[in-house]
Amino acid sequence: MSGIETGAAPQDGASRNSVVQGDVARADVAKGDAGKGDAGKRPGATSTGRLARLLALVPYVVNRDAVALDEAAAAFGVTEKQLIDDLNMLWCVELRAPDPYCPIDLSYEGGEITVTEAESIARPLRLKADEAAALLVALRMLAGLPELHDRDALSRLIAKLEDAAGAAAQAAGKVAVEVETRGDTLARLRSAIDGRRRVHLTYYVPTRDENTERDVDPMRLLVVEGTTYLEGWCRRAEAVRLFRLDRVTDLAVLDVAADVPDDAEPIDVDAGLFRPSPQDEVVTMELTPRGRWVADSYPCESVTELGEGRLRIVLRTPDTRWVRALAMRLGDQGRIVSPPSLAGAVRGEAARALALYDLA
Amino acid sequence: MSRRKTERLLNLVVCLLATRRYLTAEQIRRAVPGYPDGDEAFKRMFERDKEELRELGVPLEVGSDASGGGGEEIGYRIPPQAYELPEIHLSPDEAAVLGLAARVWQRASMADAASGALLKLRAAGVETDVPTAVGVEPRVDTADPAFAPLWEAVRDGRPVTFEYQGVGRTHGARRHLEPWGVVSRRGRWYVVGHDRDRGEPRVFRLSRIAGQVRPDGPAGSVTVPQDADVRAIAFDRDAQTAEPRPATVRLRAGAAQGPRRWARHVRPVGDGAWDEAELTFRDLDRFAPYLARFAADVVVLDPPDLRDAVIGHLKAVLAANETADAAADASVDAGTAVKAAVGVDGDAARAGER
Repeated sequence: MSGIETGAAPQDGASRNSVVQGDVARADVAKGDAGKGDAGKRPGATSTGRLARLLALVPYVVNRDAVALDEAAAAFGVTEKQLIDDLNMLWCVELRAPDPYCPIDLSYEGGEITVTEAESIARPLRLKADEAAALLVALRMLAGLPELHDRDALSRLIAKLEDAAGAAAQAAGKVAVEVETRGDTLARLRSAIDGRRRVHLTYYVPTRDENTERDVDPMRLLVVEGTTYLEGWCRRAEAVRLFRLDRVTDLAVLDVAADVPDDAEPIDVDAGLFRPSPQDEVVTMELTPRGRWVADSYPCESVTELGEGRLRIVLRTPDTRWVRALAMRLGDQGRIVSPPSLAGAVRGEAARALALYDLA
Repeated sequence: MSRRKTERLLNLVVCLLATRRYLTAEQIRRAVPGYPDGDEAFKRMFERDKEELRELGVPLEVGSDASGGGGEEIGYRIPPQAYELPEIHLSPDEAAVLGLAARVWQRASMADAASGALLKLRAAGVETDVPTAVGVEPRVDTADPAFAPLWEAVRDGRPVTFEYQGVGRTHGARRHLEPWGVVSRRGRWYVVGHDRDRGEPRVFRLSRIAGQVRPDGPAGSVTVPQDADVRAIAFDRDAQTAEPRPATVRLRAGAAQGPRRWARHVRPVGDGAWDEAELTFRDLDRFAPYLARFAADVVVLDPPDLRDAVIGHLKAVLAANETADAAADASVDAGTAVKAAVGVDGDAARAGER
């Protein structure tokens, strides 16, 4: 009963709301981007972040003999000014007893950092359980992708990280992310990307219950929300599009070179796969307790508790066909409140379907 | 954190790493600049500093050695072998995969942890700016507010309590869980553990947890059974459902593309307006609504119970969308006809269709 058979986007090119062909993205992608992380870019933004950075800075330089200021600043995601402040702070480390001394000696003269005395902090701190888990869970998820070229590198890396993390690696086994992949589509698309070849897709669009035919110049493969997508230049839409691999009914790798326009921008999936538009039609539905699953499977503009487990949800969509299909599927679990014409259309569809049984 | 505090903590770490013997609080106070003169003020500040260091993952060892300057008094030190990240060397292909893994998390808690790990690995000499050749870029979102507290509870082995409203429930209920693991499928997060109220393993979908997840016992008090397979509990719970059954359906020619994707023996019948086909299903209660979604493009011929279920479902659609009053009555009845399920009621943690 999940979102696989439903879709929100309309015709090609007009799918301004969903960047996925024929898809209605799930609510949790759409709900703002508060708290989004930015891996690798701003270590030191958390409360103990600066201390962590200071403790990493000395071994970072020690392990490289000498490092240019700008290079180190880039690696730590700080400005050169901030970096110099960090270096000064390290240089000022002072122990007063039993005898006063300054254990760390370094210099950044001429724009190049060297550490001559690193004392006890020449090695970085061990990984925390959170840190080990963030990497190991991600790596094990990657290992779940079939036909990975770098499977060997992946297992070597997992083993090395488990070794280095020691006990901190244990908790990582308590989190797992599964990725849905089917058949050999992924492997064939990967080889098409590697060989820069155009592909022909027969692509099922649940919104319209249609198979569509299209030529696509593949750009990259993405996994978002546990589902695998092909990002490519769709020659029919003349735009960058995402295609869900589980909706690719048929795939042919063509003997034609892929031709992705230079200005084709990759889709920023972190900004959400679903983007409401002010021109969208607003649909209000009421759900019974058994219909509550809709609220966490579709992007709702609002969700209101009506008591006794009932919900009112407001959806925005450029194409109401998928909402009709949803209402058909819900049966007595929910109903369309407005617009009334849409509820009427659903009644009409149900009546026509029932009429077929009277005849049969 | 203020600059002075950062300086003091940095000095403290260097001091405790440099010492082989345990240093008493008083010795630390004399050695590390920045502590206040008053005894009480010092004690409070030192306690907070110790906590900060533990949060940072610094292994602070507490003990005493009679030969040290502190006699039998409790002291502190940081054993270098417990502090230091062991040597790690990555080949370029390993470093490329590492870079990819570090970019996977889309949201704060895990993304910060990934960048923290990357920082330490860089400090250990690993070059991480290696272009990736893996060809697949995975992103994982942890948007549910319950994710961070549940991960921490699982990590620390701590029982939790939360308010949960499953599908089909008219009200939320307070639940008490010894969490064993957190798993995601199709972008949805689930927590699995021992349900203290039911005395059995249960699954909860994170998006259906309302309000705060609160600690409900001490850290380390959750024991995950040796044979517990968290994924299996989360995803295979209806593996034992009915045997697959065949269904004979009519599909309108040129339509009903969804069912055609797995239909067998598709053959035209009559005047060519319809095809007849075989489908396979297991769960009548899921399959009937799925077929009803194709409205007048699908007609069920056999088996009779599926045919009746689809007819019943279509009548329910008609009734539900009739008038506001009629629907409100129907919903109250539906609320009582709750199907018993394991934790995540009536949800498709398993594949949406068959």
